Amino acid sequence: MNAVTENVGAKPGGLLSKNGLQSMAVVLFVVAGSVLALSIDTRFVYLLVYVWFGLAYGILLQYGRFCMASAVRDLFAVKVPRMAVGMMIAVALYSVVAAMVTISGFSTFHPNAMGWHILIGAAIFGFGIVFTGGCASGSLYKAGEGNMNSMLVIVAISFSQAIVVTASGWWDNLVPQHWMDSAVAKGMPEELSVTRGWFDIFTAGYVWDLKGSTTAELLGAGGTKAGIVVYNTLLTTILPVLVILVALYLLYYRKSYLRRTKNANPALKDELAGIWAMCTSSRNTAIAGIGLGILAGLHMYVTGALREHYGIYNFGELLSAMGYTDGLSIQGTVFDPGYWYITTQEAQWGGWALNKLGVENMDSIFFGLDNGLPNPLLNAPGFMSIGIILGAAVMALARKEFKWKAPTLESAFFAIAGGILMGIGARLAMGCNIGAFFATVTNGDPSGWVFLAGMTFGAYLGVKVFTWWMDRAAARMEAGCGL
Amino acid sequence: MAMSFNQLSEHEWKLDVCGYTCPHPQMYTKKALQKLASGDVLTLVFDNPSSGESIAAMCESEGNELFERKEEGGSFVWKIRKV
Repeated sequence: MNAVTENVGAKPGGLLSKNGLQSMAVVLFVVAGSVLALSIDTRFVYLLVYVWFGLAYGILLQYGRFCMASAVRDLFAVKVPRMAVGMMIAVALYSVVAAMVTISGFSTFHPNAMGWHILIGAAIFGFGIVFTGGCASGSLYKAGEGNMNSMLVIVAISFSQAIVVTASGWWDNLVPQHWMDSAVAKGMPEELSVTRGWFDIFTAGYVWDLKGSTTAELLGAGGTKAGIVVYNTLLTTILPVLVILVALYLLYYRKSYLRRTKNANPALKDELAGIWAMCTSSRNTAIAGIGLGILAGLHMYVTGALREHYGIYNFGELLSAMGYTDGLSIQGTVFDPGYWYITTQEAQWGGWALNKLGVENMDSIFFGLDNGLPNPLLNAPGFMSIGIILGAAVMALARKEFKWKAPTLESAFFAIAGGILMGIGARLAMGCNIGAFFATVTNGDPSGWVFLAGMTFGAYLGVKVFTWWMDRAAARMEAGCGL
Repeated sequence: MAMSFNQLSEHEWKLDVCGYTCPHPQMYTKKALQKLASGDVLTLVFDNPSSGESIAAMCESEGNELFERKEEGGSFVWKIRKV
């Protein structure tokens, strides 16, 4: 293949170019906001950790075009394994750092309950991401590139989750009676009204009866270094990653690699060279995968260390000590995972807006007991999501790739419908591709692989339906289109 | 804004998918390349950065030659010669 001709004008400008200045202005905006927050109370450093890690995530996500929707969708849509490979690199790196953080005693991770809900929710989520064009974090970074479709996706995810977790009435008929009986038996406080609202009954009557644990805990070695390294990191993460990389190579890369290298009889070393070529074929994606994997682990460490410093278990305690008690759950807590997470804070945005419009939603387990409904200005993980948007804007501006893109009627429909499905799926599965997959498998919780299986199946179905729609749309266009 | 696919000359085609987000650009590109004859050149215009990575990987995988990449103001103009 000949060398690719590239125009010099597209290269990122210097710091003093228009784009460089705009990019720096975004960084300075975050610096100014951070200084303001610290001038109000230095304990806001806890919230700022989320902001700055979010900013770094956004920079890397945009740099590597790192979107987990692409990881599963492009396998079926265009047979490209680039992003699936990048995702596996990030998973492997995160697991190594997560093991070090767990051994150091600063891990903030909690395993998810294992059950059918993960597979079903992930399949709905996976179906939705094909239509929105981005996963939960992908939609955030694309919003930072000026993509208004992705902004619509974020709005749809936020409100659909907020509505799903508090919906009552006919929805309650969807759950079996034994879930209701089990929920009642939990003896929860009267103000939560756990027998009203299908999601409360689902949570208290089904999910709480399931077990969630890391592999090391399951095998009785949760507190040992050997258990964490061997069972969590090697067995639950690294080994499946290697199997998936080999499968991706055999199914999607080997044939074209051997053709390009003109090798009809490859030896083992040629096959290994092929796997390496696949992993490094997209330099940006690989670099982003490495960076995100390490940062995600460090994020957990820094938050864990700050919790120890302040003697707290949850940011709600710090908010309360600072005099901000509005929106805390009845346990005095707010959503505060301590690591990369996306969908729950978006549900809080939607829930907070609905609450201010007069909807009573603090009587639900999701908001009232677990996550609270803090003002968005005090929502620490919410600021991580905003940080991702701003970080992506920093990188997109620096690379001259920022562009406001207005939605069409068709793309807006896909963004809203897909976003609603992502919201429903994320709540059923108790998280998205980040919280229920990326953060789980890397900490030795095998439930994340169940999520990936469901998301892959959903994306496969989504691509089938999307291809049908695209063919139909192309056929209806003017005759000159010819596609 | 709508996708357009036109023949510019006997062996030159143009696909414009500006305004479209993932996965439209890469899927339309795949369909367009299937229409072309060997040696034909496709000029692809798009403005969704993340699609570019997938399209480049798709070209590498299928052996199509991505021989020119231009980028200005958030829009990309790529030329691909079908193998």
